[in-house]
Amino acid sequence: MGRRASWTAFASTLAVFGLLGWGIVNAPNWPDFQASFLDPDLFADALPDLAWALRINVQLFLIAEVLVLVLGLVIAVLRSLPGPIFFPIRLLAIAYADIFRALPGVLVIFVLGLGIPSLRIPGVPSEPFVWAVVAVTLVYSAYVSEVYRAGIESIHPSQEAAARSLGLTRAQSMRYVILPQAVRRVIPPLLNDFIGLQKDTVLVSFIGVAEVFRIAQVKESANFNFTPYLAVALLFLLITLPLTRITDWLIARDRAASSAGARA
Amino acid sequence: MTDPVQLVLRVAGLRKSFGQLTVLEDVDLEVGQHEVVCLIGASGSGKSTLLRCINLLEPIDAGRVELGGQDITAPGVNVDRVRRRIGIVFQSFNLFPHLRVLDNITLAPRKVLGTSRAEAEDAGRSLLRRFGLEEKSLDYPDRLSGGQQQRVAIVRALAMQPDLLLLDEITSALDPELVAEVLDLVRELATGGMTMVIATHEMGFARDVADRVCFLDGGRVLEQGPPAQLFAEPSEPRTRQFLQRVIAAGRL
Repeated sequence: MGRRASWTAFASTLAVFGLLGWGIVNAPNWPDFQASFLDPDLFADALPDLAWALRINVQLFLIAEVLVLVLGLVIAVLRSLPGPIFFPIRLLAIAYADIFRALPGVLVIFVLGLGIPSLRIPGVPSEPFVWAVVAVTLVYSAYVSEVYRAGIESIHPSQEAAARSLGLTRAQSMRYVILPQAVRRVIPPLLNDFIGLQKDTVLVSFIGVAEVFRIAQVKESANFNFTPYLAVALLFLLITLPLTRITDWLIARDRAASSAGARA
Repeated sequence: MTDPVQLVLRVAGLRKSFGQLTVLEDVDLEVGQHEVVCLIGASGSGKSTLLRCINLLEPIDAGRVELGGQDITAPGVNVDRVRRRIGIVFQSFNLFPHLRVLDNITLAPRKVLGTSRAEAEDAGRSLLRRFGLEEKSLDYPDRLSGGQQQRVAIVRALAMQPDLLLLDEITSALDPELVAEVLDLVRELATGGMTMVIATHEMGFARDVADRVCFLDGGRVLEQGPPAQLFAEPSEPRTRQFLQRVIAAGRL
Protein backbone atom coordinates (compact mmCIF):
# COMPACT_ATOMS: atom_id res chain seq x y z
CA MET A 1 0.00 0.00 0.00
CA GLY A 2 1.21 3.48 -0.82
CA ARG A 3 1.46 6.19 1.82
CA ARG A 4 -1.70 7.88 0.62
CA ALA A 5 -3.60 4.59 0.51
CA SER A 6 -2.47 3.77 4.06
CA TRP A 7 -3.74 7.07 5.33
CA THR A 8 -7.05 6.61 3.59
CA ALA A 9 -7.43 3.11 5.05
CA PHE A 10 -6.56 4.40 8.52
CA ALA A 11 -8.97 7.30 8.38
CA SER A 12 -11.77 5.21 6.97
CA THR A 13 -11.28 2.49 9.60
CA LEU A 14 -11.26 5.07 12.37
CA ALA A 15 -14.45 6.67 11.05
CA VAL A 16 -16.34 3.37 10.68
CA PHE A 17 -15.38 1.91 14.04
CA GLY A 18 -15.76 5.26 15.79
CA LEU A 19 -19.26 5.57 14.44
CA LEU A 20 -20.13 2.01 15.44
CA GLY A 21 -18.76 2.53 18.95
CA TRP A 22 -20.56 5.83 19.30
CA GLY A 23 -23.81 4.17 18.18
CA ILE A 24 -23.49 1.36 20.71
CA VAL A 25 -22.51 3.54 23.64
CA ASN A 26 -25.42 5.86 22.90
CA ALA A 27 -27.97 3.05 22.57
CA PRO A 28 -31.01 3.69 24.82
CA ASN A 29 -30.20 0.83 27.19
CA TRP A 30 -26.39 1.02 27.15
CA PRO A 31 -25.91 1.40 30.93
CA ASP A 32 -27.95 -1.77 31.65
CA PHE A 33 -26.06 -3.68 28.99
CA GLN A 34 -22.76 -2.50 30.42
CA ALA A 35 -23.77 -3.69 33.87
CA SER A 36 -24.92 -7.15 32.83
CA PHE A 37 -22.31 -7.98 30.15
CA LEU A 38 -19.26 -5.86 30.91
CA ASP A 39 -18.73 -5.98 34.65
CA PRO A 40 -14.96 -5.61 35.11
CA ASP A 41 -14.89 -7.09 38.63
CA LEU A 42 -16.87 -10.16 37.65
CA PHE A 43 -14.70 -10.52 34.57
CA ALA A 44 -11.49 -10.49 36.59
CA ASP A 45 -13.03 -12.83 39.11
CA ALA A 46 -14.29 -15.35 36.54
CA LEU A 47 -11.36 -15.45 34.15
CA PRO A 48 -8.98 -17.72 36.15
CA ASP A 49 -11.69 -20.35 36.80
CA LEU A 50 -12.78 -20.23 33.18
CA ALA A 51 -9.26 -20.50 31.87
CA TRP A 52 -8.76 -23.56 34.08
CA ALA A 53 -12.03 -25.11 32.86
CA LEU A 54 -10.93 -24.48 29.27
CA ARG A 55 -8.34 -27.22 29.69
CA ILE A 56 -11.22 -29.72 29.45
CA ASN A 57 -12.15 -28.28 26.04
CA VAL A 58 -8.54 -28.39 24.95
CA GLN A 59 -8.16 -32.02 26.06
CA LEU A 60 -11.42 -32.87 24.33
CA PHE A 61 -10.52 -31.35 21.00
CA LEU A 62 -6.95 -32.60 20.99
CA ILE A 63 -8.06 -36.21 21.57
CA ALA A 64 -11.00 -35.87 19.16
CA GLU A 65 -8.88 -34.31 16.41
CA VAL A 66 -6.44 -37.21 16.41
CA LEU A 67 -9.29 -39.72 16.33
CA VAL A 68 -11.10 -37.75 13.61
CA LEU A 69 -7.98 -37.72 11.41
CA VAL A 70 -7.83 -41.52 11.59
CA LEU A 71 -11.54 -42.40 11.45
CA GLY A 72 -12.26 -39.88 8.69
CA LEU A 73 -9.47 -41.36 6.56
CA VAL A 74 -10.69 -44.92 7.17
CA ILE A 75 -14.24 -43.99 6.12
CA ALA A 76 -12.99 -42.17 3.00
CA VAL A 77 -10.82 -45.11 1.93
CA LEU A 78 -13.63 -47.62 2.54
CA ARG A 79 -15.91 -45.47 0.43
CA SER A 80 -13.45 -45.50 -2.46
CA LEU A 81 -13.12 -49.31 -2.59
CA PRO A 82 -13.94 -50.45 -6.12
CA GLY A 83 -16.03 -53.25 -7.52
CA PRO A 84 -19.35 -54.90 -6.68
CA ILE A 85 -17.96 -57.06 -3.87
CA PHE A 86 -17.33 -54.01 -1.68
CA PHE A 87 -20.79 -52.57 -2.28
CA PRO A 88 -22.04 -53.23 1.29
CA ILE A 89 -18.93 -51.58 2.76
CA ARG A 90 -19.36 -48.55 0.52
CA LEU A 91 -23.02 -48.43 1.51
CA LEU A 92 -22.15 -48.40 5.22
CA ALA A 93 -19.54 -45.69 4.72
CA ILE A 94 -22.00 -43.55 2.77
CA ALA A 95 -24.77 -44.09 5.34
CA TYR A 96 -22.42 -43.14 8.15
CA ALA A 97 -21.25 -39.93 6.47
CA ASP A 98 -24.79 -38.96 5.47
CA ILE A 99 -26.39 -39.62 8.86
CA PHE A 100 -23.79 -37.99 11.05
CA ARG A 101 -23.63 -34.92 8.85
CA ALA A 102 -27.41 -34.63 8.87
CA LEU A 103 -27.89 -34.90 12.65
CA PRO A 104 -27.40 -31.79 14.81
CA GLY A 105 -24.23 -32.42 16.81
CA VAL A 106 -25.91 -31.55 20.07
CA LEU A 107 -28.42 -34.39 19.58
CA VAL A 108 -25.65 -36.92 19.05
CA ILE A 109 -23.99 -35.65 22.22
CA PHE A 110 -27.27 -35.99 24.14
CA VAL A 111 -28.11 -39.46 22.89
CA LEU A 112 -24.64 -40.88 23.48
CA GLY A 113 -23.80 -38.95 26.64
CA LEU A 114 -27.07 -39.52 28.47
CA GLY A 115 -28.49 -42.53 26.66
CA ILE A 116 -25.68 -45.05 26.73
CA PRO A 117 -24.65 -44.59 30.40
CA SER A 118 -28.34 -44.98 31.33
CA LEU A 119 -28.27 -48.48 29.86
CA ARG A 120 -25.85 -49.45 32.66
CA ILE A 121 -24.10 -52.04 30.55
CA PRO A 122 -21.32 -53.53 32.67
CA GLY A 123 -17.85 -52.49 31.52
CA VAL A 124 -19.15 -49.61 29.41
CA PRO A 125 -17.80 -46.31 30.73
CA SER A 126 -20.32 -43.83 32.11
CA GLU A 127 -18.13 -40.72 32.40
CA PRO A 128 -19.67 -37.92 30.31
CA PHE A 129 -16.21 -36.89 29.06
CA VAL A 130 -15.68 -40.24 27.34
CA TRP A 131 -19.00 -39.99 25.52
CA ALA A 132 -18.32 -36.37 24.70
CA VAL A 133 -15.13 -37.47 22.89
CA VAL A 134 -17.02 -40.25 21.11
CA ALA A 135 -19.86 -37.99 20.01
CA VAL A 136 -17.63 -35.18 18.74
CA THR A 137 -15.42 -37.71 16.95
CA LEU A 138 -18.37 -39.38 15.23
CA VAL A 139 -19.86 -36.11 14.04
CA TYR A 140 -16.63 -34.58 12.78
CA SER A 141 -15.25 -37.77 11.20
CA ALA A 142 -18.29 -37.70 8.91
CA TYR A 143 -17.35 -34.21 7.70
CA VAL A 144 -13.66 -34.96 7.50
CA SER A 145 -14.23 -38.20 5.55
CA GLU A 146 -15.87 -36.08 2.86
CA VAL A 147 -12.89 -33.73 2.84
CA TYR A 148 -10.52 -36.67 2.41
CA ARG A 149 -12.74 -38.14 -0.30
CA ALA A 150 -12.69 -34.89 -2.26
CA GLY A 151 -8.90 -34.98 -1.97
CA ILE A 152 -8.67 -38.57 -3.19
CA GLU A 153 -10.94 -37.84 -6.15
CA SER A 154 -8.92 -34.75 -7.04
CA ILE A 155 -5.86 -36.87 -7.87
CA HIS A 156 -5.80 -37.50 -11.60
CA PRO A 157 -6.47 -41.13 -12.63
CA SER A 158 -3.20 -41.11 -14.58
CA GLN A 159 -1.38 -41.22 -11.23
CA GLU A 160 -3.05 -44.49 -10.35
CA ALA A 161 -2.45 -45.79 -13.89
CA ALA A 162 1.27 -45.00 -13.50
CA ALA A 163 1.44 -46.70 -10.11
CA ARG A 164 -0.48 -49.79 -11.22
CA SER A 165 1.57 -50.06 -14.42
CA LEU A 166 4.68 -50.46 -12.25
CA GLY A 167 3.09 -53.46 -10.55
CA LEU A 168 1.87 -51.76 -7.38
CA THR A 169 -1.36 -53.23 -6.05
CA ARG A 170 -4.42 -51.02 -5.62
CA ALA A 171 -3.76 -50.76 -1.90
CA GLN A 172 -0.10 -49.85 -2.47
CA SER A 173 -1.08 -47.22 -5.06
CA MET A 174 -3.47 -45.73 -2.53
CA ARG A 175 -0.94 -45.82 0.29
CA TYR A 176 2.16 -44.55 -1.52
CA VAL A 177 0.85 -42.49 -4.45
CA ILE A 178 -2.75 -41.29 -4.04
CA LEU A 179 -3.10 -40.58 -0.31
CA PRO A 180 0.14 -38.62 0.21
CA GLN A 181 -0.91 -36.23 -2.57
CA ALA A 182 -4.57 -36.13 -1.51
CA VAL A 183 -3.86 -35.41 2.16
CA ARG A 184 -1.46 -32.60 1.31
CA ARG A 185 -4.13 -31.04 -0.85
CA VAL A 186 -6.85 -31.11 1.84
CA ILE A 187 -4.90 -29.78 4.83
CA PRO A 188 -6.52 -26.31 4.65
CA PRO A 189 -10.15 -27.57 4.57
CA LEU A 190 -9.20 -30.10 7.24
CA LEU A 191 -8.00 -27.34 9.55
CA ASN A 192 -11.19 -25.47 8.77
CA ASP A 193 -13.21 -28.37 10.14
CA PHE A 194 -10.97 -28.44 13.21
CA ILE A 195 -11.83 -24.82 13.92
CA GLY A 196 -15.48 -25.86 13.95
CA LEU A 197 -14.69 -28.83 16.16
CA GLN A 198 -12.86 -26.70 18.71
CA LYS A 199 -15.79 -24.34 19.04
CA ASP A 200 -18.31 -27.17 19.23
CA THR A 201 -16.64 -28.56 22.34
CA VAL A 202 -18.89 -26.20 24.33
CA LEU A 203 -21.87 -28.36 23.29
CA VAL A 204 -20.78 -31.12 25.65
CA SER A 205 -21.76 -28.84 28.53
CA PHE A 206 -25.27 -30.18 27.91
CA ILE A 207 -24.33 -33.60 29.29
CA GLY A 208 -22.68 -32.17 32.37
CA VAL A 209 -19.03 -32.06 31.40
CA ALA A 210 -17.48 -29.33 33.56
CA GLU A 211 -15.93 -27.50 30.61
CA VAL A 212 -15.62 -23.77 30.14
CA PHE A 213 -19.16 -23.01 28.99
CA ARG A 214 -20.65 -25.09 31.82
CA ILE A 215 -18.63 -23.17 34.40
CA ALA A 216 -19.67 -19.89 32.77
CA GLN A 217 -23.31 -20.95 33.07
CA VAL A 218 -22.85 -21.66 36.77
CA LYS A 219 -21.26 -18.27 37.28
CA GLU A 220 -23.96 -16.55 35.27
CA SER A 221 -26.78 -18.01 37.36
CA ALA A 222 -24.92 -17.24 40.58
CA ASN A 223 -24.73 -13.50 39.83
CA PHE A 224 -27.44 -13.04 37.21
CA ASN A 225 -24.74 -11.50 35.08
CA PHE A 226 -23.56 -12.45 31.58
CA THR A 227 -20.00 -11.17 31.85
CA PRO A 228 -18.53 -14.72 32.20
CA TYR A 229 -19.77 -15.53 28.67
CA LEU A 230 -17.80 -12.62 27.37
CA ALA A 231 -14.73 -14.05 29.06
CA VAL A 232 -15.43 -17.41 27.36
CA ALA A 233 -15.70 -15.65 24.00
CA LEU A 234 -12.33 -14.02 24.61
CA LEU A 235 -10.72 -17.35 25.52
CA PHE A 236 -12.02 -18.98 22.34
CA LEU A 237 -10.71 -16.12 20.26
CA LEU A 238 -7.30 -16.69 21.83
CA ILE A 239 -7.13 -20.40 21.00
CA THR A 240 -8.98 -20.42 17.67
CA LEU A 241 -7.74 -17.29 15.90
CA PRO A 242 -4.17 -18.59 15.49
CA LEU A 243 -5.53 -21.72 13.78
CA THR A 244 -7.67 -19.65 11.40
CA ARG A 245 -4.64 -17.54 10.52
CA ILE A 246 -2.52 -20.66 9.90
CA THR A 247 -5.28 -22.09 7.70
CA ASP A 248 -5.52 -18.93 5.62
CA TRP A 249 -1.76 -18.79 5.30
CA LEU A 250 -1.64 -22.41 4.09
CA ILE A 251 -4.39 -21.74 1.54
CA ALA A 252 -2.52 -18.69 0.24
CA ARG A 253 0.72 -20.66 0.05
CA ASP A 254 -0.96 -23.52 -1.84
CA ARG A 255 -2.47 -21.06 -4.29
CA ALA A 256 0.94 -19.49 -4.89
CA ALA A 257 2.54 -22.91 -5.33
CA SER A 258 -0.07 -24.16 -7.80
CA SER A 259 0.06 -21.01 -9.92
CA ALA A 260 3.85 -21.33 -9.99
CA GLY A 261 3.32 -24.96 -11.07
CA ALA A 262 1.03 -23.81 -13.86
CA ARG A 263 3.72 -21.45 -15.15
CA ALA A 264 6.39 -24.15 -15.18
CA MET B 1 10.89 -63.48 -38.58
CA THR B 2 11.27 -64.73 -35.02
CA ASP B 3 11.00 -68.27 -33.80
CA PRO B 4 8.32 -68.89 -31.14
CA VAL B 5 10.82 -69.44 -28.30
CA GLN B 6 12.05 -65.87 -28.62
CA LEU B 7 8.60 -64.38 -28.87
CA VAL B 8 8.08 -61.83 -26.08
CA LEU B 9 4.63 -60.59 -27.03
CA ARG B 10 1.86 -62.12 -29.05
CA VAL B 11 -1.45 -60.35 -29.57
CA ALA B 12 -4.08 -62.43 -31.34
CA GLY B 13 -7.54 -61.40 -32.53
CA LEU B 14 -7.73 -58.55 -30.04
CA ARG B 15 -10.95 -56.53 -30.01
CA LYS B 16 -11.64 -53.56 -27.80
CA SER B 17 -14.64 -51.29 -27.78
CA PHE B 18 -15.78 -48.42 -25.62
CA GLY B 19 -19.57 -48.74 -25.62
CA GLN B 20 -20.71 -48.63 -29.25
CA LEU B 21 -17.33 -47.52 -30.52
CA THR B 22 -14.98 -50.28 -31.63
CA VAL B 23 -11.43 -49.01 -31.16
CA LEU B 24 -9.49 -52.17 -32.01
CA GLU B 25 -10.69 -54.94 -34.29
CA ASP B 26 -9.02 -58.29 -34.84
CA VAL B 27 -5.52 -57.02 -34.06
CA ASP B 28 -2.63 -59.47 -34.44
CA LEU B 29 0.86 -58.48 -33.42
CA GLU B 30 4.00 -60.45 -32.63
CA VAL B 31 7.10 -58.98 -31.06
CA GLY B 32 10.30 -60.99 -30.76
CA GLN B 33 13.04 -60.56 -28.22
CA HIS B 34 15.24 -57.45 -28.79
CA GLU B 35 12.80 -56.29 -31.44
CA VAL B 36 11.62 -52.70 -31.72
CA VAL B 37 8.17 -52.31 -33.23
CA CYS B 38 6.75 -48.88 -34.02
CA LEU B 39 3.03 -48.28 -34.28
CA ILE B 40 2.12 -45.44 -36.60
CA GLY B 41 -1.22 -44.10 -37.73
CA ALA B 42 -3.51 -41.14 -37.37
CA SER B 43 -4.79 -39.99 -33.99
CA GLY B 44 -7.66 -42.26 -32.97
CA SER B 45 -6.34 -45.20 -34.96
CA GLY B 46 -6.00 -47.21 -31.74
CA LYS B 47 -2.24 -47.07 -31.04
CA SER B 48 -2.52 -45.93 -27.43
CA THR B 49 -5.45 -48.22 -26.69
CA LEU B 50 -3.47 -51.19 -27.99
CA LEU B 51 -0.60 -50.38 -25.61
CA ARG B 52 -3.01 -49.95 -22.69
CA CYS B 53 -4.61 -53.30 -23.53
CA ILE B 54 -1.22 -55.03 -23.64
CA ASN B 55 -0.44 -53.62 -20.18
CA LEU B 56 -3.90 -54.71 -18.95
CA LEU B 57 -4.80 -51.13 -18.07
CA GLU B 58 -7.86 -51.71 -20.28
CA PRO B 59 -9.84 -54.95 -20.26
CA ILE B 60 -10.20 -56.47 -23.75
CA ASP B 61 -13.42 -57.72 -25.32
CA ALA B 62 -12.07 -60.58 -27.43
CA GLY B 63 -8.80 -62.23 -28.40
CA ARG B 64 -5.76 -62.74 -26.22
CA VAL B 65 -2.45 -61.24 -25.21
CA GLU B 66 0.48 -63.54 -24.49
CA LEU B 67 3.61 -62.46 -22.68
CA GLY B 68 6.51 -64.88 -23.00
CA GLY B 69 4.04 -67.61 -24.01
CA GLN B 70 1.68 -67.02 -21.06
CA ASP B 71 -1.88 -65.88 -21.78
CA ILE B 72 -2.08 -62.78 -19.57
CA THR B 73 -5.68 -62.03 -20.53
CA ALA B 74 -6.94 -65.37 -19.19
CA PRO B 75 -9.25 -65.18 -16.18
CA GLY B 76 -7.50 -65.54 -12.84
CA VAL B 77 -4.20 -64.04 -13.99
CA ASN B 78 -2.66 -61.79 -11.35
CA VAL B 79 -2.45 -58.49 -13.22
CA ASP B 80 -0.03 -56.97 -10.71
CA ARG B 81 2.46 -59.78 -11.38
CA VAL B 82 2.09 -59.34 -15.14
CA ARG B 83 2.65 -55.58 -14.95
CA ARG B 84 5.99 -56.07 -13.21
CA ARG B 85 7.25 -57.54 -16.47
CA ILE B 86 5.85 -54.82 -18.75
CA GLY B 87 6.97 -51.21 -18.45
CA ILE B 88 4.93 -48.38 -19.92
CA VAL B 89 5.80 -44.73 -20.40
CA PHE B 90 2.98 -42.27 -20.94
CA GLN B 91 2.65 -39.17 -23.08
CA SER B 92 2.15 -37.00 -19.98
CA PHE B 93 5.07 -38.51 -17.97
CA ASN B 94 2.86 -39.21 -14.90
CA LEU B 95 5.73 -38.91 -12.48
CA PHE B 96 4.71 -38.88 -8.81
CA PRO B 97 4.94 -35.17 -7.92
CA HIS B 98 5.25 -35.74 -4.17
CA LEU B 99 8.35 -37.93 -4.52
CA ARG B 100 11.91 -36.97 -5.41
CA VAL B 101 13.29 -38.32 -8.66
CA LEU B 102 15.16 -41.13 -6.94
CA ASP B 103 12.09 -42.11 -4.89
CA ASN B 104 9.97 -42.11 -8.06
CA ILE B 105 12.38 -44.69 -9.43
CA THR B 106 12.83 -46.84 -6.32
CA LEU B 107 9.19 -46.97 -5.18
CA ALA B 108 8.18 -49.96 -7.29
CA PRO B 109 11.37 -52.01 -6.82
CA ARG B 110 11.10 -51.53 -3.05
CA LYS B 111 7.36 -52.07 -2.61
CA VAL B 112 6.68 -54.55 -5.39
CA LEU B 113 9.89 -56.58 -5.60
CA GLY B 114 10.90 -56.13 -1.95
CA THR B 115 14.34 -54.78 -2.85
CA SER B 116 16.07 -53.07 0.07
CA ARG B 117 16.20 -49.28 -0.02
CA ALA B 118 20.00 -49.22 -0.28
CA GLU B 119 20.05 -51.69 -3.14
CA ALA B 120 17.19 -50.00 -4.99
CA GLU B 121 18.84 -46.60 -4.63
CA ASP B 122 22.16 -47.90 -5.89
CA ALA B 123 20.46 -49.38 -8.94
CA GLY B 124 18.39 -46.20 -9.42
CA ARG B 125 21.45 -43.96 -9.19
CA SER B 126 23.39 -45.98 -11.70
CA LEU B 127 20.45 -45.86 -14.13
CA LEU B 128 20.23 -42.09 -13.65
CA ARG B 129 23.97 -41.80 -14.21
CA ARG B 130 23.73 -43.85 -17.38
CA PHE B 131 21.19 -41.41 -18.80
CA GLY B 132 22.85 -38.21 -17.56
CA LEU B 133 20.30 -37.47 -14.86
CA GLU B 134 22.35 -38.18 -11.78
CA GLU B 135 22.45 -34.60 -10.49
CA LYS B 136 18.62 -34.53 -10.56
CA SER B 137 18.15 -37.49 -8.26
CA LEU B 138 17.14 -35.40 -5.22
CA ASP B 139 14.95 -32.92 -7.10
CA TYR B 140 11.18 -33.01 -7.23
CA PRO B 141 9.73 -33.61 -10.71
CA ASP B 142 8.38 -30.05 -11.05
CA ARG B 143 11.95 -28.74 -10.97
CA LEU B 144 12.76 -30.67 -14.18
CA SER B 145 12.18 -29.79 -17.81
CA GLY B 146 9.66 -31.85 -19.75
CA GLY B 147 12.43 -33.76 -21.49
CA GLN B 148 14.11 -34.56 -18.18
CA GLN B 149 10.79 -35.63 -16.67
CA GLN B 150 10.12 -37.98 -19.54
CA ARG B 151 13.61 -39.46 -19.27
CA VAL B 152 13.02 -40.01 -15.56
CA ALA B 153 9.72 -41.72 -16.42
CA ILE B 154 11.60 -44.06 -18.75
CA VAL B 155 14.20 -44.77 -16.06
CA ARG B 156 11.37 -45.46 -13.59
CA ALA B 157 9.99 -48.10 -15.96
CA LEU B 158 13.47 -49.56 -16.57
CA ALA B 159 14.12 -49.90 -12.83
CA MET B 160 11.67 -52.82 -12.79
CA GLN B 161 13.82 -54.56 -15.43
CA PRO B 162 10.83 -55.30 -17.64
CA ASP B 163 10.83 -57.90 -20.42
CA LEU B 164 8.93 -55.46 -22.60
CA LEU B 165 8.75 -51.67 -22.69
CA LEU B 166 5.75 -49.83 -24.12
CA LEU B 167 6.17 -46.18 -25.12
CA ASP B 168 2.95 -44.27 -25.69
CA GLU B 169 3.65 -41.16 -27.80
CA ILE B 170 6.27 -40.13 -25.30
CA THR B 171 7.38 -37.00 -27.16
CA SER B 172 3.93 -35.62 -28.05
CA ALA B 173 3.71 -33.41 -24.95
CA LEU B 174 7.23 -32.02 -25.30
CA ASP B 175 8.49 -28.74 -26.69
CA PRO B 176 10.21 -29.44 -30.03
CA GLU B 177 13.70 -28.69 -28.70
CA LEU B 178 13.28 -31.31 -25.95
CA VAL B 179 12.22 -34.17 -28.24
CA ALA B 180 15.73 -35.14 -29.29
CA GLU B 181 17.07 -35.91 -25.81
CA VAL B 182 14.20 -38.33 -25.20
CA LEU B 183 14.46 -40.01 -28.59
CA ASP B 184 18.23 -40.37 -28.15
CA LEU B 185 17.60 -42.25 -24.93
CA VAL B 186 15.17 -44.59 -26.70
CA ARG B 187 17.71 -45.16 -29.48
CA GLU B 188 20.24 -46.13 -26.87
CA LEU B 189 17.78 -48.59 -25.35
CA ALA B 190 17.14 -50.07 -28.79
CA THR B 191 20.84 -50.51 -29.35
CA GLY B 192 21.08 -52.18 -25.96
CA GLY B 193 18.55 -54.78 -27.07
CA MET B 194 15.46 -53.63 -25.16
CA THR B 195 12.27 -55.13 -26.56
CA MET B 196 9.92 -52.24 -27.26
CA VAL B 197 6.56 -51.38 -28.76
CA ILE B 198 6.47 -47.67 -29.55
CA ALA B 199 3.43 -45.65 -30.55
CA THR B 200 4.75 -42.54 -32.24
CA HIS B 201 4.10 -39.63 -34.57
CA GLU B 202 7.84 -39.15 -35.16
CA MET B 203 8.18 -40.88 -38.54
CA GLY B 204 11.87 -40.12 -38.95
CA PHE B 205 12.53 -41.68 -35.58
CA ALA B 206 10.38 -44.72 -36.43
CA ARG B 207 12.32 -45.19 -39.66
CA ASP B 208 15.65 -45.06 -37.80
CA VAL B 209 14.94 -47.12 -34.75
CA ALA B 210 12.27 -49.66 -35.71
CA ASP B 211 12.92 -53.19 -36.83
CA ARG B 212 9.32 -53.25 -37.98
CA VAL B 213 6.66 -50.62 -38.48
CA CYS B 214 2.93 -51.31 -38.15
CA PHE B 215 0.42 -48.97 -39.71
CA LEU B 216 -2.84 -48.86 -37.76
CA ASP B 217 -5.97 -47.64 -39.43
CA GLY B 218 -9.50 -47.79 -38.05
CA GLY B 219 -8.45 -50.10 -35.23
CA ARG B 220 -6.71 -52.66 -37.46
CA VAL B 221 -3.10 -53.36 -38.30
CA LEU B 222 -3.49 -52.57 -41.96
CA GLU B 223 0.09 -53.12 -43.00
CA GLN B 224 3.42 -53.97 -41.41
CA GLY B 225 6.96 -54.44 -42.54
CA PRO B 226 10.56 -53.23 -42.22
CA PRO B 227 10.68 -49.41 -42.20
CA ALA B 228 12.61 -49.20 -45.46
CA GLN B 229 9.84 -51.07 -47.24
CA LEU B 230 6.82 -49.56 -45.48
CA PHE B 231 7.97 -45.96 -45.82
CA ALA B 232 9.32 -46.34 -49.37
CA GLU B 233 6.75 -48.52 -51.05
CA PRO B 234 3.65 -49.10 -48.93
CA SER B 235 1.31 -51.60 -50.53
CA GLU B 236 -1.94 -50.26 -49.06
CA PRO B 237 -3.51 -47.09 -50.50
CA ARG B 238 -4.47 -45.94 -46.97
CA THR B 239 -0.86 -46.20 -45.84
CA ARG B 240 0.31 -44.26 -48.89
CA GLN B 241 -2.31 -41.59 -48.19
CA PHE B 242 -1.26 -41.29 -44.53
CA LEU B 243 2.43 -41.05 -45.40
CA GLN B 244 1.76 -38.43 -48.07
CA ARG B 245 -0.04 -36.31 -45.50
CA VAL B 246 2.84 -36.75 -43.07
CA ILE B 247 5.34 -35.70 -45.72
CA ALA B 248 3.20 -32.71 -46.64
CA ALA B 249 3.24 -31.69 -42.98
CA GLY B 250 7.03 -31.92 -43.01
CA ARG B 251 7.18 -34.67 -40.42
CA LEU B 252 9.24 -37.18 -42.44
